[in-house]
Amino acid sequence: MAHVPVLRQRGYLIATIQATMTDSEAADLQDDLMEQVSRYRARGIVVDTTALDVLDSFAARTLRTIAHMTRLRGARTVLVGIQPEVAFAMVQLGITLEDVDTALDLEEGLELLDETFTE
Amino acid sequence: MEARRRMDDATITIDTDADIVRARQIGREMAAVGGCGATDLTMVATAISEIARNMLTHAGGGIVDLSLVYESGRPCLLIVATDEGPGIEDLDQALQDGFTTGEGLGLGLPGARRLMDEFTISSHPERGTTVTMRKWCRPEL
Repeated sequence: MAHVPVLRQRGYLIATIQATMTDSEAADLQDDLMEQVSRYRARGIVVDTTALDVLDSFAARTLRTIAHMTRLRGARTVLVGIQPEVAFAMVQLGITLEDVDTALDLEEGLELLDETFTE
Repeated sequence: MEARRRMDDATITIDTDADIVRARQIGREMAAVGGCGATDLTMVATAISEIARNMLTHAGGGIVDLSLVYESGRPCLLIVATDEGPGIEDLDQALQDGFTTGEGLGLGLPGARRLMDEFTISSHPERGTTVTMRKWCRPEL
């Protein structure tokens, strides 16, 4: 199974989740991002879920943990690209992720981070 | 007499977290063959994911049987998830949002029930749990 690739761009970390993500890949992503936030002193993280087929309760919990843990390390995480069907299923499931920043796509996610750090 | 015809089936053994992904992918493909729209496909895949993970977490694994059947005049994906785990002591409690004995959000069973058209569960202490779910396929709403 594919590891979630993490790129660095303009001081931000960009994690692009593939079409499927197993529980252990999600846990690896969490460790990876925590490690890279420290190593590169990143202030912002975008997690792109555009390609992801399902965002179930485990994946949602992991993404929320990533957002909270990286915040405690001084970085802001934005979740982008949740597809309409995936959003619908998440709401039915009872997942709202109300305490996690979201944006429509990668471009808007990066804009949100830029706004945060130019003020 | 009600017409019921089996169109396709698959059995997935849930042993690792990769099997959860495999089960939901196969379920999605079968529901697509049945004519489900994108929203239904994602709901089916999400429900399978939750149920399969529940089996892995609480029973160490189990079997997910998927069949595409023709029921009540329409194609329907029938999902039967069976494990031989410790069983669920209080089913009413397990079906409440937020109730969890493990590390999860406690959304697995009640969430899957909301995602599917039909949901039944039976459980016996020491003998295991069976969840039966149905989603009738309809083109995109």
